Amino acid sequence: MAAASVPEQQPRFASIPAVLDGLARAGYQADEAIASVVYLADRLGKPVLVEGPAGTGKTELGKSVAAMTGSRLIRLQCYEGLDESKALYEWHYRKQLLSIQARRGDTVAWDDVENDIFGEEFLLTRPLLEAIRATEPVVLLVDEVDRVELETEALLLEVLSEYQVSIPELGTVRATQVPLVFLTSNNTRELSEALKRRCLYLHIDYPTMERERSIVLAKVPGISEHLADEVARITRSLRGLELKKHPSISETIDWARTLVLLGVETVTPERAAETLHILLKYRSDIDRATKDLLDIRA
Amino acid sequence: MLDVLSGFVGELRAAGLPISLTETVDAAEAVRQVPIEDRRAFKAALGATLCKSVAHWRIFDTTFEVYFASRGDHWAIPPRDAQIDEEGRAGAGQGDAGVGQGAQGPAGGGGSLSGLTREELAELLFAALAGANLGALAAIARQAVLRFAGMEPGRPVGGTYYLYRTMRALDVDGLMERLMDHARDAAGPEGGLTALEERLARDEMETRIARLKEEVEAEIRRRLVADRGARALARSIQTPLPEEIDFMHASRDELMALRRAIHPLTRRLAARLARRRRHGHRGNLDFRDTIRHSLSYGGVPVDPRFKYPRPAKPEIFVIADISGSVAAFARFTLHLVYAISAQFSRVRSFVFVDGIDEVTEMFERADDIGEAIRRVNTEADVIWLDGHSDYGHAFEAFYERWGEEVTSRSSVLVLGDARNNYHASQAWVLKEIGQKARHLHWLNPEPRAYWGTGDSILGQYAPFCDGVHECRNLRQLERFVEELT
Repeated sequence: MAAASVPEQQPRFASIPAVLDGLARAGYQADEAIASVVYLADRLGKPVLVEGPAGTGKTELGKSVAAMTGSRLIRLQCYEGLDESKALYEWHYRKQLLSIQARRGDTVAWDDVENDIFGEEFLLTRPLLEAIRATEPVVLLVDEVDRVELETEALLLEVLSEYQVSIPELGTVRATQVPLVFLTSNNTRELSEALKRRCLYLHIDYPTMERERSIVLAKVPGISEHLADEVARITRSLRGLELKKHPSISETIDWARTLVLLGVETVTPERAAETLHILLKYRSDIDRATKDLLDIRA
Repeated sequence: MLDVLSGFVGELRAAGLPISLTETVDAAEAVRQVPIEDRRAFKAALGATLCKSVAHWRIFDTTFEVYFASRGDHWAIPPRDAQIDEEGRAGAGQGDAGVGQGAQGPAGGGGSLSGLTREELAELLFAALAGANLGALAAIARQAVLRFAGMEPGRPVGGTYYLYRTMRALDVDGLMERLMDHARDAAGPEGGLTALEERLARDEMETRIARLKEEVEAEIRRRLVADRGARALARSIQTPLPEEIDFMHASRDELMALRRAIHPLTRRLAARLARRRRHGHRGNLDFRDTIRHSLSYGGVPVDPRFKYPRPAKPEIFVIADISGSVAAFARFTLHLVYAISAQFSRVRSFVFVDGIDEVTEMFERADDIGEAIRRVNTEADVIWLDGHSDYGHAFEAFYERWGEEVTSRSSVLVLGDARNNYHASQAWVLKEIGQKARHLHWLNPEPRAYWGTGDSILGQYAPFCDGVHECRNLRQLERFVEELT
């Protein structure tokens, strides 16, 4: 329904394998589900809502798609209290005041002044409007959308479904191109049905052991296959334990980097125990992992 | 295609997934964009458009596998007697191979594996698992189901029983031990494995066996679909959505799922209960702020500023029944209390049976929920007389010891079924608390129809509460949180 008002444009991706390849070249090891959804987002001109535990590469996906398509990345970081003037647009009121003061002496009709001070010159574009107005291809990344209040979510709806923004003084600004939109959420609250309905849904979980190994191999320079394999396997076992916070992909990568820097070739329990604080951030988690997994009494 | 799709959406809706018309249209558009022969892309396209919550994924997954199962005659379950007959023939045919167990698979189903003996099949499976040859697992699973599941056409069961029979026949535990021995041997004769390596190897093997189980499940499902049709099967394997699981009758796995789902909710609950209210009236002139703001008007105090009284920090009291009659609910309650106290610093928790005790400190000091529950169960002094719930006495004791501390800043949450074993209700305590506290809410795990029946005396307490809510599943808990303002 919304699709009618959206401008036609050339698809960005030829096929799902092409997405998979392109992302791999941009340094992102996707799996088939991720690639399919990215492909569909482009074909259907719909935003993607990406959910999953912290540190599984949700934000990274948006960045990598931007890098892969050579688009500009526009990022909107959400936080509690985010409002229209920070997300959409704002009038540069100080400049408006100055402009009125500057021509106090002139005898200009009020209508002209009004037309003048509500012109493009005084409009401060914020990420959402910027993404709509861009003429070059862009990727819009709305990060941690679950942090805004339910009421603020509504702000996004017009932008996401119609790719337009209504500004009372200027009229409606329509997109000249359909931006690829990624919204990420850590699932700290249920998002509204209205928002979910407008998006394609992608859940990114912790990767399988094989995928994690290839991520480590791709992201950590100078790591041997053997070490990457051990790192991925230990991380998988850690995620099998009942912990407060399971290690994320970025923490796994940090850990692998540390091991490479230390010149470790094979992870012994002692080595692992020394560096465990990179993977786990709670005292109780570290204790439990040391006891259960490494079998060392702390 | 459209018919197939709308049929599928109908199945999902029947299973409880909320799917709007727009989403159906999107799904139709999405499947047009993917190559139809790529099953995984097809599934991803449907998943992205129709299933918008992780919690619903499992249901989507099973429904998809059932609805879009490979159909065709060669998946059909051979009638029992025919099977025996075939077994007999096959046995006679390969008498020299020893045990005549090899059931002749239906055309294309068993493939070349049908000629193997039971031992040979087990050996093949072991090799496939040990060598991580996961491609072979599908074929082995197919053969195993054919031989061991003992499926009979027309029996209206889900697949669980067949799965159990197949996995038992494959002797998964024994297999696991053999695989571990194999891993130890591979590590070298002298040292063997360190504890860490042992653990890693075990996790690896468990993943592979889980994979085998998936294959077996898929195979059973395919055959059931071929036998009874997708629709009938979808009905018989339906599981409730996580948000509709009844707290009182939740199984262990379901409780685990609940625990994960409850986290975002408690955060919101705590935030709502603790929401500070700014008073409308303003206080004295804030001289400093006024001067500071006057600077932009050249020193003229155009915009006088006032001090607003700082909103008081609110406090939450959670009073939970942990007696036997609500045992399942009590476990859940403790999870809830634990989650709330982790989110919000000013929570005081109390548990009671016929006596009452404060357990705030146990929850705060405990590292994880298991330990907290153990401490509550062993250390909290909640038995006063006979260990049967006595709300009246518990409330009275609460009021005597902590009543003074309930103030207009406190929100009080009572969790229990109000089954009082015909003791005195002492409802005056709740009346007092209700007047002093900012909120007083009661959550009851029993269906509304049972309230006030038998020894339930909720009716005597209800008038003094700001709200009494039925709270049997996550959805109801969520509604309560939503309404709380």
